[in-house]
Amino acid sequence: MQDLAFLFSYLLQGLGVTIGVTIIALSFGFVLGIGMALLRVYGNKLASTLAAIYSTVIRALPVVLVIFILYFGISRIVDLSPFLSGAFALGFASTAYQSEIFRGAILSVPQGQMIAARALGMSRWKSIRYIILPQAIRIAIPAWSNEAAIVLKDSSLVYVIGVPEMLRRAEYVSARTLEPFIAFGVAALIYFILTFTTNRGLDYLERRYKLQM
Amino acid sequence: MSDQALLRIEDLHKAYHTHEILKGISLDVQEKEVVVIIGPSGTGKSTMLRCINLLTRPDQGHIWLEEIEITAPHVNIDKIRQRIGMVFQDFNLFNHLTALQNVTIGMAKVLKMSAKEAHEKGMWELERVGLVDRADHYPAQLSGGQKQRVAIARALGMNPHVMLFDEPTSALDPELIGEVLTVMQKLAEEGMTMLVVSHEMGFAREVSDRIVFMENGVIVEQGPPKQLFYQPKFERTREFLWKISELYGKDEEESSE
Repeated sequence: MQDLAFLFSYLLQGLGVTIGVTIIALSFGFVLGIGMALLRVYGNKLASTLAAIYSTVIRALPVVLVIFILYFGISRIVDLSPFLSGAFALGFASTAYQSEIFRGAILSVPQGQMIAARALGMSRWKSIRYIILPQAIRIAIPAWSNEAAIVLKDSSLVYVIGVPEMLRRAEYVSARTLEPFIAFGVAALIYFILTFTTNRGLDYLERRYKLQM
Repeated sequence: MSDQALLRIEDLHKAYHTHEILKGISLDVQEKEVVVIIGPSGTGKSTMLRCINLLTRPDQGHIWLEEIEITAPHVNIDKIRQRIGMVFQDFNLFNHLTALQNVTIGMAKVLKMSAKEAHEKGMWELERVGLVDRADHYPAQLSGGQKQRVAIARALGMNPHVMLFDEPTSALDPELIGEVLTVMQKLAEEGMTMLVVSHEMGFAREVSDRIVFMENGVIVEQGPPKQLFYQPKFERTREFLWKISELYGKDEEESSE
C-alpha cells in the first residue's frame, strides 16, 4: 500500500513534464497550425505551396524522428534543453496536423460569410479575424480534441531524449521493483484520467459553442 | 440630369470566361429613388449589383457613387463598401453572432464605434425592422423573414448612402415575404436610395419609382411602373411583366385596366 502511494507520488512528479510538454506543443501547433491553414486557404501560390509541403513532409515522418532531428540537429546550434526540444518537436509535428484540421474547418465556413463581411466594409483580414476564424475554430473542436489526446500521449515520446516524464519514471520504478505491471498500470491509469478529462472538457466547449446553421 | 445622380453606371461589361453576362449597362439612380430591376434569371441582374459594390470586378465600364469613381484603380474598396448596404438572397447572417451582434460588428470593427454606442445604435436598427425582442437570438433561432430583417438592419447600421437588395425575398416562404417587403417599403418612404433586384411585382408597382427590365445582359426598357405595365415600348416587356405578375402577385390581374 505504501509502495503504491510512493509509486503514485513518484510518477506524479513526471506529470508536470507531461502536461508542460503537451501544453507547449498544443499551443505552438495551434498558433502555427492556424497560420499555415490561413496561408493555404488565403495565401498566394508560393505561401500556400510551402505550407502544403511542410504539412505533407512532417506528417510522413514518425514523431520520434522529428524529436531526434530537433534535439540532435538543431539544439547543437541553438541551446535548447531536452524538455524544450521535445516540446517544440511535438509542436512542429502538431502544427502539420492542426493545419489540416483548421484548413478543413475554414473551408467549411459557408462562402457567403466572407462575402457578407466584405460587403460591410471589412478588410479581408478583419473578415477572417472576426467572421471566418471564430466559426472555423468552433467547427474544428471535435477534430482538435482528438489531436489534443494524441499529443498528450505522444508527449511520452520525449523520454527518448532523456526527459523524465511519467513513462520514463514508470520504467525506473519497474526496473527497481521488478513489478512492471503495477508501475506501467499506474502510468496507464494516470494517462487515462488525463486524456479523459481533457476530452470531456473539450466536449463541453464543443457543446457550449456549437454553431447552428 | 446625370450630374446629380447618386449612382451612375456607364457601359458596364462583365464576362465569365467567354460567356458575356453584362453587355454594356448604363444606369443612373437619383438620390431617394427606388429602382426595381427585373428580368429572366441569368440576365446579369445580380452580377450588376455585385459590380456596384465591387464584389465582382467589371471588365469594362465605370461606376460613380456620388463624387467618387469606384471603378478607378487604387480606390479604397472597404471605404466604398461602407457607403453601400447590401442585402443577399440567402441572408448571410454571421452564424456565430446574435442578431444584435450581427448588427453591431460592422459598427464596432469598421466604424470603430465604442461598445456602448454600437449597442445603442444596434438596438435602434433592430427597432426599425421590428426585432428588438430577438436581439439575443442566434440566426438559427430566427425565421427566414426575421433573418432577412436582421440582415437589413445590419446593412443600415453602417449608414449606407444606397441600399442594394439582391432578390431579398426569393429564399423565403410565401407567408414570410410580407414582413420583409413592409420593412423595405418603410425604408423607401424614409427616403433611402434603393436598387432592388426582385420579382415582387406588388412592391415594384406600389413602391418603386422606376422599373428596369433587363434581358441577356442589356437593359431592354425602363420607366415608371405605370408606363411599363400599360404602355411598354416592347411587346417582350409587357409579356414578361404580366407573366411575372401572374406568378408572384395574385391580385395584380384584377386591378389591371
